[in-house]
Amino acid sequence: MSDSKAIFLKDAAVNAADGDQRAFIRKALGGYYTNRDLQKARYRDWERARDAASLAKWSAVNDLANVLEKFTANFERNGGVVHWARDAAEARAIILKIAEDAKAKAIVKSKCMTSEEIHLNDALEKAGYGVVESDLGEFIQQLRGEAPYHFVFPCMHVKREAISELFTKHLGTAPTDSPEELTMIARRHLRQLYVDADIGITGANFLVAETGQISITENEGNARLTAALPRIHIALSGIEKVVNKLDDLSVLLPMLATAGAGQPMTCYNTLYSGPRKKGECDGPEEFHIVLLDNARTRLLADPEQRDALHCIRCGACLNVCPIFKNIGGLAYGTTYQGPIGSVITPHLRGLKQWNHLSGASSLCGACTDACPVRIDLHHHLLHNRRNAAKESPTLFDRVFHHGFNFVIKRPWLFATGGRIFRATLPLLQKLPLPYMGAGMKTRDLPKAPSQSFRDQWKHQNV
Amino acid sequence: MSDARSDIFARIREALKVKAPKPHLKTDANPGKTSEVAKPWLPDGGETADASLAILSEQLAKLKAVLIRVPDQAAAVKAVAELASSKNWKKVAYHGHDLLRPVASGLSCETWEADATFDKQRLEGCDAGITTCESIVAQLGAILVSSATSGGRALSVLPHVHVVVAEASQVVPDLGSALALAKARHGDQMPSMLSFITGPSRTGDIERILVLGAHGPKELYLVLVG
Repeated sequence: MSDSKAIFLKDAAVNAADGDQRAFIRKALGGYYTNRDLQKARYRDWERARDAASLAKWSAVNDLANVLEKFTANFERNGGVVHWARDAAEARAIILKIAEDAKAKAIVKSKCMTSEEIHLNDALEKAGYGVVESDLGEFIQQLRGEAPYHFVFPCMHVKREAISELFTKHLGTAPTDSPEELTMIARRHLRQLYVDADIGITGANFLVAETGQISITENEGNARLTAALPRIHIALSGIEKVVNKLDDLSVLLPMLATAGAGQPMTCYNTLYSGPRKKGECDGPEEFHIVLLDNARTRLLADPEQRDALHCIRCGACLNVCPIFKNIGGLAYGTTYQGPIGSVITPHLRGLKQWNHLSGASSLCGACTDACPVRIDLHHHLLHNRRNAAKESPTLFDRVFHHGFNFVIKRPWLFATGGRIFRATLPLLQKLPLPYMGAGMKTRDLPKAPSQSFRDQWKHQNV
Repeated sequence: MSDARSDIFARIREALKVKAPKPHLKTDANPGKTSEVAKPWLPDGGETADASLAILSEQLAKLKAVLIRVPDQAAAVKAVAELASSKNWKKVAYHGHDLLRPVASGLSCETWEADATFDKQRLEGCDAGITTCESIVAQLGAILVSSATSGGRALSVLPHVHVVVAEASQVVPDLGSALALAKARHGDQMPSMLSFITGPSRTGDIERILVLGAHGPKELYLVLVG
């Protein structure tokens, strides 16, 4: 058993047994469901809008080389600098070099899951830079020293009392149980940090090939400030975030907001093309983009699951997933939690160590229904299971499959086996069956039928 | 060793040798233009100017942004002055624009043309920022500001209150129209920042409870002339 699997099974069991926490998560998501449905109802045809969003992403991902070439040419024409990183280490080295060249001291970041993926904060802090997460949820998680619980709602599992205690401990503020006051504490604390920072690091939700702009979606205004006040702006993005046309955003931006947060649009959807232009009064002097592969091309090479690269990171699949709601986001041990994380992590980090996530699903398909870009999520979990069994079958896989193969090709053996099983089933029901796994703790074996299906079929004389 | 760029491109080209099936799209519209294809499926932005204004007004109310409709420029000056005194603003920054200079002159508090002598520390101390905008999207209640038409990047987001003064003719039905208009206006010389502002800044990060004014403005006013 891989380490990641052992940790997953332990955490999942503990969290699923924590009824209070589960109720808290369900309550937190309650408002989301209401708002999402209200906003979806404003679409004249949500299902067909999903087709359009899916096609916009398909067109870019399936022509990725050309679209990326176009994007980078236009990005450079706008005065930006393009960097390429094959993996996490290269991306970290590029950003450290920019910070070193700039003789930077303070760095402010807005929410960027790709930076979590490459463990950027650790690298920057080890190199001696002060790094502050400015998104409220990320700021709270940074103070807690914990990874995000949900890639859109990073601290949705933390109760206000705990946040109040955290702020008292780190910021010296008076305790309060008002979410508004807690938000204002963070607001006051961070404002001067934007003004003082030398470098602002953001992610990117979309890279627009046609215009060389990057699009950033947020609600708080922290990304706006991060890209406005520091001297240098660095955006870190996966190579799959590209779209062909500016016009594609007319579908993708509203659908991202509606699926992800139940909003018509998020508060700020901002397009950046280059550093401060001549005649503009503010904005950074330098604008860099770091384009990261980090095994995305491995996923691209699988045409069956290539659509997983269409993901716009809205988080809708997490919000509806019965597994996510029961085991929570931290148990996954991945940068991307929930169904999309379970699909892509085995590609990004290795199927052998991460195939257990393919089982973190009831195969109910709620994720696939929720996805605004129609990623076939629950089938991809099945595809990963199949691929894992093919790639590195476990002893059980081999014995069971060979055995099954042997028996099923010999009808007399199958029938005899069935008779023996039916006869011994009452006995089996009396035995403790720990080797049957967790499922047997809460379920009984069914009663054996008196006849096999084949006999029943024969006697009906159909 | 080859460089990262060519390596990544080589991986992409190799990966794409096997094709993936194209998503099916049931429409007669020009398949090249996403907004045109999806228009009948997306939220309505209104077919006439009046319909768009009605949708806009409803959307802004839901977003907790305040719409102030005034008949002319003089009334806009008066409306902003009343707002400033009722909210007790002491320092107001504004974008140097012909539509806004009379508005600033009408205020009795300290005013400052932020893009003429930009100073981020001074801007941080302002109670309100007044800007124009590129366009207003009725469909979503979104106001498109840019570094060119809104006094740079920070003026519309750093002060605690954001006031937008615009002409009613700047209202467009939907997002696709606003993007097309920006492209037609700026061509390949886009302002370095274009930002759709949809209501005052907000967060739900604490227990998914809505709080306005996370990092950006807590209040957003749209003064619409005409």
